[in-house]
Amino acid sequence: MNKVQLENYRSMALRVREHIVRMSQGGGCFIGASLSCVELMVYTYGEVIRKDRAGLDRDYLFLSKGHDVPALYGTLVETGVLEASRLGNHLSTNDSIYWHPNRNIPGVEFHSGSLGHLPSVAAGVALDCKLRGGDNRVVVITGDGELNEGSVWETILVANAYKLDNLVIVVDRNQFQANIRTEELVPLEPLEDKFIAFGCAVRRVDGHDFMQLEWAYGELSAEGKVGVIIADTVRGRGLPSIEARADRWFCAFSEAEVGQLLEELHGNVKALIESETLVVR
Amino acid sequence: MTYEELLTETALNDERYIVMTAENRALVRNMPRTLGERFVDTGITEQTMVGMAAGLALRGRIPVIHALAPFLTMRAFEFIRTDVGIANLPVKLSGYIPGFLSDGNGPTHQSIEDVSILRGIPGMEVYCPADEDDLVKMLPAVWASPAPAYVRINHKKGAYTHAPYVTGKAEVIAEGSDITLLVYGFLFDNALAARELLEKQGLSVGLINMRSLKPVDAEAILRAASASKRLVTIEDHLKTGGLYSIVAEVLLQHRLTADVQSLSLEERWFKPGLLNQVLETEGFTPEKMKNKIMTYAQ
Repeated sequence: MNKVQLENYRSMALRVREHIVRMSQGGGCFIGASLSCVELMVYTYGEVIRKDRAGLDRDYLFLSKGHDVPALYGTLVETGVLEASRLGNHLSTNDSIYWHPNRNIPGVEFHSGSLGHLPSVAAGVALDCKLRGGDNRVVVITGDGELNEGSVWETILVANAYKLDNLVIVVDRNQFQANIRTEELVPLEPLEDKFIAFGCAVRRVDGHDFMQLEWAYGELSAEGKVGVIIADTVRGRGLPSIEARADRWFCAFSEAEVGQLLEELHGNVKALIESETLVVR
Repeated sequence: MTYEELLTETALNDERYIVMTAENRALVRNMPRTLGERFVDTGITEQTMVGMAAGLALRGRIPVIHALAPFLTMRAFEFIRTDVGIANLPVKLSGYIPGFLSDGNGPTHQSIEDVSILRGIPGMEVYCPADEDDLVKMLPAVWASPAPAYVRINHKKGAYTHAPYVTGKAEVIAEGSDITLLVYGFLFDNALAARELLEKQGLSVGLINMRSLKPVDAEAILRAASASKRLVTIEDHLKTGGLYSIVAEVLLQHRLTADVQSLSLEERWFKPGLLNQVLETEGFTPEKMKNKIMTYAQ
């Protein structure tokens, strides 16, 4: 990746974060978990998923944690797949843009929301790509709290049994379950060791660093193994006032607060949010 | 023709078919050899198998997936409902040893709520063959349909030669003015014999093999309700949510009421044992069913 590309991705990430912040108004969204995976989403959709492929030859991006979908919607807008005006329909029953992904939106391969499902769906897709002799890439982004679900690990065992090395699981390691730090509830570390023990090829990187993401994807061509990228991230990344805070999971902000947050995003001012925004969904 | 022969022939003729199992190979023993890489055994992982089946179906495949009925329908229920149901994908579920067919396994293996929970998934079809002949007659239509479907597998050799399968239609074996027995699945043979016993008592008794519980042949139920004084639903399933409930729903939708007797399992799991003893203990031999029906009549 050259400097120009890097700058392009960085500025795209900033615009995606703006979309996410705007979607947190009027009904809210899972802002923290969306902001943490912006670079993952932008890099994966922008670079890993090849746009010149269609139909059965295409590459697949699955969102398994699901509540990170504002990051994908922002990315789809910035890559011209989704009309920007549709984000204004967030939570309108006249459109299909709500808190979790669904296939009515172009660029969304499958619905999710119930955790621990899409590793298996993605494994089915990856298996079919293998059966047809295709070189498709299949990427599934999971949360870290989502790794509590046994079905994730079950699927990894099966996917490695079938040598699905066309499958990459990207863990958005933002350190938080919904309401509490993972390590305070059901500790996941040492996480690389767990994936390695399950037969995966693992790389661990700073999930906000495009160069490191590029390196990690490039490394994962290990023959016969499911690839795993553990992307260390910060929940709420880009908004210091809400970063890594347990009470900033699902947030519904006022218009004035969103105005402040957009300023904060551009580094102009630190927002002072006093409203109780945490709504347990 | 057996289930395996039919599935092998179907899959060999159509590349879209993928045969999967969560390490329950009873029905598909020879298929690793005959089907090669389109036979996928995921190990003891019902959830992963269903999720992968959804992924395969997204790519245009028709996965026919196998596991014991209770683990397929309950362990993986949310995957069926969420990944197959919401997406309305043509995944075909074959549930092995449903109902009394789990004989000596015990309550862990008793699939006696499968009809109830599977028919609650929008778009999901539910099929309950009476025996192997009925099974292989309905499966081509079941698999060819674009809908997700659950088949309560029953490949017991039966004595009865069934009529050709017509989608969504029940098989009317006999009509009767006193009583009509409505039955599905494994209990068909005993219902057939019970009907003979009842006829010997001088009653005019009809018999309907339901075949498909969703879609259900409402017309057949309504016709029986108007032709007979009483309906008897017979099922190796909990009373809640199965055929008795379906008949009640159909009648109510048509603003009708009827005298309906239910021979089913009420709020409990059945006593495990050899199949014949189970039928004896639970009162589902032809003689015992006849007696229950006669007692009710008095």
